[in-house]
This record gives sequence, C-alpha cells and structure tokens, in this order.
Amino acid sequence: MKLAVLSGKGGTGKTTVAVNLALSLAGKGEKVLFLDTDVEEPNAGLYLKPVLEESLPVTIPYPEIDQEKCDYCGKCANFCQFNALAVAEGLVLTFQELCHGCGGCVLVCPKEAIQEGKREIGVIEKGWADSIKFWQGRLNIGEPFAVPITRHLKNGLADVQEDIVIIDAPAGVSCPVIEAVRDSDFALLVTEPTPFGRHDLELAMKMVDHLGLPSGVVINRAGKNNDLISEICQERNVPILMEIEFSKLLASLGSIGVPFSRVLPQWQDRFWGMYQSIKEGCPCAS
Amino acid sequence: MKIGISAAGKDLDALLDPRFGRCPYFLIVDTETKEFEVADNPGNTAGGGAGIKAAQAFLQLGTKELVTGQAGPNAFEVLVKGGVKIYQAPQVKISEVIDLYHSGDLKELTTPGGRGRGSR
Repeated sequence: MKLAVLSGKGGTGKTTVAVNLALSLAGKGEKVLFLDTDVEEPNAGLYLKPVLEESLPVTIPYPEIDQEKCDYCGKCANFCQFNALAVAEGLVLTFQELCHGCGGCVLVCPKEAIQEGKREIGVIEKGWADSIKFWQGRLNIGEPFAVPITRHLKNGLADVQEDIVIIDAPAGVSCPVIEAVRDSDFALLVTEPTPFGRHDLELAMKMVDHLGLPSGVVINRAGKNNDLISEICQERNVPILMEIEFSKLLASLGSIGVPFSRVLPQWQDRFWGMYQSIKEGCPCAS
Repeated sequence: MKIGISAAGKDLDALLDPRFGRCPYFLIVDTETKEFEVADNPGNTAGGGAGIKAAQAFLQLGTKELVTGQAGPNAFEVLVKGGVKIYQAPQVKISEVIDLYHSGDLKELTTPGGRGRGSR
C-alpha cells in the first residue's frame, strides 16, 4: 500500500505524522519504505536519523548545438514552450536553466544539429533507519525543477519488496506535490485547526479529488477550534481519522527531534489503528 | 537610421515601455523621417523566458539599435550577441525618445538589469 501524506499548508505536521506512522507500523513488524519527496527541504531524516548508504545523481537533459550543422532555421526555438533557445541569423543560444528537458528541440531539428547534454540537478539518497528503508531526494540549491527528482525516486518503487510505502510530500498543491502523491492508494491530509489550515486543506482536498484518490484527515494541534476542520470534512464527506492534541509534551519532543510514538507507546497503537481503518476503508489496499 | 523602441502603444504619442521583455510593442522608427512600423512583442505573453523570446523577435526585425528602459540578463545576452546596441531612455513619449536620440543624450547600456523585473 502506498500512502501519501500531504497538507496544502506548510508546517501542519506532515513529516511528524509520516514519521510516527512509519515507526508505529515498523514497530508492529510491518516492512516499511519511507520516501521523503520534499526534495527542496528533505527533513524527515532529522527524526528518523537514517544511515545513508547510496547517493545517486539525478540529471536532466538540455540541448547542445552542433554549430557546424545548424542552419539557424529556428524550428527548435519556435517549438520550445519555455524559451530555452534563441535563434537569429548566424546565432543560436541556449539557456539551460529554462530547459525542462522535454527533448522536443532534438526531434524537430531537421539538420540533426541538437544533441542532449546532461546536467545534474540533485541526488537521490538511500539507506536505512533501523528496520525502515529510507529514501530521500535532494534538489541542488537554485535549481527550479523538483519534479524530475521525485520522479526518479518513485521510479524505484517498481522493484520494492516492502508492503507499505509512506510518502512524505512537500507543502502546496503544485506539480512537485502531484508528482509525489499520484499513483498512491490513499492520501492522508494533515491539517491544523486554523483558518490557514482550513483554507489550504480545501485546496489539497480538491487536488486529491482531481487525482481520484481516497483520503482522510489528521488534525494536528487539535483543540477548541476543531470545528473549523470538521465542518469542511462533513461538507466534503472526508473522514477525520485522527486528532493529535495541542500538547506541550508532544511539541517539546518534536523540538529535540524525537518522534513522540517512540517514547509514548500509546501513540504507536493509535497510528496502528488508523492504518487498520485506512486499510479496511480503502478498496485498493492490499 | 532605423531604431527599435520598446513601446506601451502603437504610435509616436505612446510612452516608452521600460520593460524590454514584457513590452507589448516594438516601434521601428526612421529617426530622420519619423516614419515607423509596429511589431508585436511575443515576449509580452510568454510564461517564462520573455526576454529571450523578445530579443529573438527583435533581432528578426533587423534593426541594430534598441532604446528601452532595461533588459534582463538573458535578453541582454541575446541582443548583444546579435550585434544590437542598447540605449537607455526614461519613460517618455516615443516622439521625445527620438529627440533624445538626436541630441545624443541616450546612455548606452553595457550591463543587464535585474532578472524577471518585467513580470506582472
């Protein structure tokens, strides 16, 4: 089962929930792969403290022009939706940082004057956090495209033996999140009972609907304003699967990098219970 | 001499648009006769890489002198490598830009402006 943890709003507790869920399932003997797809700021490792054994470069292609063959027809520049090439009489220039690596310019060039170079934009790192298999992507600072890193990470899932894959998604609802979440069996939406949490939860709900994924909500820092969230869950018929109360103890454990389910075993049971109810309610789960 | 000017409108009463990549029009003006032609700037509607698209279109217009407010690093590179001299003028009417050109008061731009400044 592939379970994606997302939120819309940043800082609601995606990583907290994903990490505690992974530890709780592993603690019950399940084989878990944890995927940190927040490639601009992968930080689940701060909690899980994995030993990373492999680092694999991720590259994207960009056009390299053979000046001998180019006759400046301009078809490549006309084709490129991102204006990564400029062609004028006697002049062809490429702009690597604008290239999305689609390869279209190579295809449309009638002179076969374009080859694909490769540029490293980040890495995938693989290792173990005790019995949890741990993978994360890391985008180089200043690079604009997170999606290719996430795609590489997820391509590896085809060969994975683990029964449960937990995907820690980035914040927001744009391309990197969609790449992280799509093809999952279930979307776990983490929110907080504030107007911001509610607003961005609704965006995440719309995105998940669009992808056709079953979903459920975890209210983090739950308390007297929970109605803000339960209203919208009722409206949209999405179950609230867990409430994590606003507590000084949980916050202080988080602040020193200790996942609370490690030291408070009742939380292991609660996360285990949540997983069981997801499994029962989700037709696609195995 | 024919010069190109980044313009907010389609005639000599229009203002110079200080954004090269995102200006709606280029006016190609004959500085002696004040006859002019109007060309759309395809960079105006580009999602990204507006300066590059604008600069490529400008090179195709054939004029080797441009008057604008500023050009970002990518546009600047395409223009300069395409042999275009870039002059800077304030946001005044195109007719006044021509006067400034004649009086030799336009400063040549030798360094690019900031990236993405023309975005809205």
